[in-house]
Amino acid sequence: MLILLGVAVVVVGFAIRLNPLLVVALSAFVTGWLAHLSPLQVLAAFGKAFNDNRQVSAALLLYPLVGVLERAGLQERARMLIARFRGVSASALLIGYLAFRQVTAALGLISIAGQAPTVRPLLAPMAEGAAEARHGPLDDAARQSIRAQAAATDNNGVFFGEDIFLALGSVLLMVGFLASSGIVVEPLRLSLWAIPSALAAFVVHGARLALFERRLKRAARP
Amino acid sequence: MIRIGAVFVLLGLMFAAFAALGAADRDNPRRFGNAAFWGLVAVSFLFGDRLGDAGNGVLALTLALIAGCGGLGRGRPATTSPSERRGLAERFGDRLFAPALLMPILLVAGILALRPVAFAGRPLIDPGQATLICLALATVIAIAVALPMLRQPPISPLQEGRRLLDTVGWAALLPQMLAALGVVFALAGVGKVVGDLVVGWLPADSRFLAVCVYGLGMAGFTMIMGNAFAAFPVMTAAVGLPVLVRRFGGDPAVICAIGMLSGFCGTLMTPLAANFNLVPPRLLELDDRYAVIKAQAPTALLLLATNLGLMYVLAFR
Repeated sequence: MLILLGVAVVVVGFAIRLNPLLVVALSAFVTGWLAHLSPLQVLAAFGKAFNDNRQVSAALLLYPLVGVLERAGLQERARMLIARFRGVSASALLIGYLAFRQVTAALGLISIAGQAPTVRPLLAPMAEGAAEARHGPLDDAARQSIRAQAAATDNNGVFFGEDIFLALGSVLLMVGFLASSGIVVEPLRLSLWAIPSALAAFVVHGARLALFERRLKRAARP
Repeated sequence: MIRIGAVFVLLGLMFAAFAALGAADRDNPRRFGNAAFWGLVAVSFLFGDRLGDAGNGVLALTLALIAGCGGLGRGRPATTSPSERRGLAERFGDRLFAPALLMPILLVAGILALRPVAFAGRPLIDPGQATLICLALATVIAIAVALPMLRQPPISPLQEGRRLLDTVGWAALLPQMLAALGVVFALAGVGKVVGDLVVGWLPADSRFLAVCVYGLGMAGFTMIMGNAFAAFPVMTAAVGLPVLVRRFGGDPAVICAIGMLSGFCGTLMTPLAANFNLVPPRLLELDDRYAVIKAQAPTALLLLATNLGLMYVLAFR
């Protein structure tokens, strides 16, 4: 029971907005101490895990590409492109992207888009441009809320698409876990049973995006 | 065989360049903090395997201390102004999208084309890491195409990469730090304690309440661990298999598939899933650190309720 104090350190640290890197390091030492590990053992375990998980940071390699394209005006071009399609609202754009992301993730194509390569240079400026074309100039709060919705849409699309793909981490994890418990399940059945939730995710988030467009419209009318 | 180590060397060189350019950036009052931070990250990627476990621990701890003491500032590499960018956007037109689209196309083509290649029975690229290796290749090629096409100076990828990385700051390293914390949690047996706690609350005779405990437990435990994959084995061994499958006769495929997706609802609501929830607000320059979580939470809660309903209806046909 006491060991959960390490979790409490994370919850409190994030809630009072301490620097998260510091909170994580602190929690590792508190948790280790409560599990009767020596500080040196925790240091070694944390260091080994940090080194073993370097691939988690590998996507930072995309930043130079995104930065160069932004330097040459990619965000501005994305805004101009959407302004040419007057009929497309911000919510329609985001709903379309949600469908694209869910379908491609279901086919296993998860890394073809993401927050750094797609949302920042393309999707967020396009959504802002679409909202501006419809509702006039945006204030800072509206701009920030559109960007947050663009990021949220990318996450929703990946999460509720990837589980349909057969050869992916989560399906393989489930098959392996069930096999070790003596239950044989075809990967295909796990994939198929992810589809109802994926459809529900599209409907729920799509409806919320449509409501978001109405809020933008109301905010624009003084 | 090309292994992930080659990608780490590339990343290490990139961070080393960021550190050197950052140290020379006199517009950043904390330039030596930035140089030290990204320099250490470069050391980790270039020499991490030779530092030993304690050495890596000291390195990670030093990173946390630099960030925690406010040692990181924002560099100001020379870049184009907003009006220049509008002009460039007019001039280059839709050609600007070509390198941005080239990267994902090359990525997919690379995975499809390179993964099966083998010389004398040895694969050309490590099959387990094909995605990251092809991502690195695709990014390098896309930059090589973009520079002459958009007439950008050769140093600009490094300067612009540094500009973006300084926008994100310490948060860029948070996902890796959290992954390390997850390992310490596992070592200390946090998962088992949480699993026992949930079982203690489990009502013995109500199928509906058992579905709720499993689904909500997956979401809640995922929020604590920051990762549904860590929650799944614990919750399924504690509740999913013994109660929902063995006692109530539920379909294990339905229970596991929807249980995992209930966990994903938790991922949408936790700051511990930093890659998805804390890095994007920095990348999009939002004032509220938790703006993306707030945008996602209503979807996550509605979907969690939907998942509980779906599991109850579909698993016990």
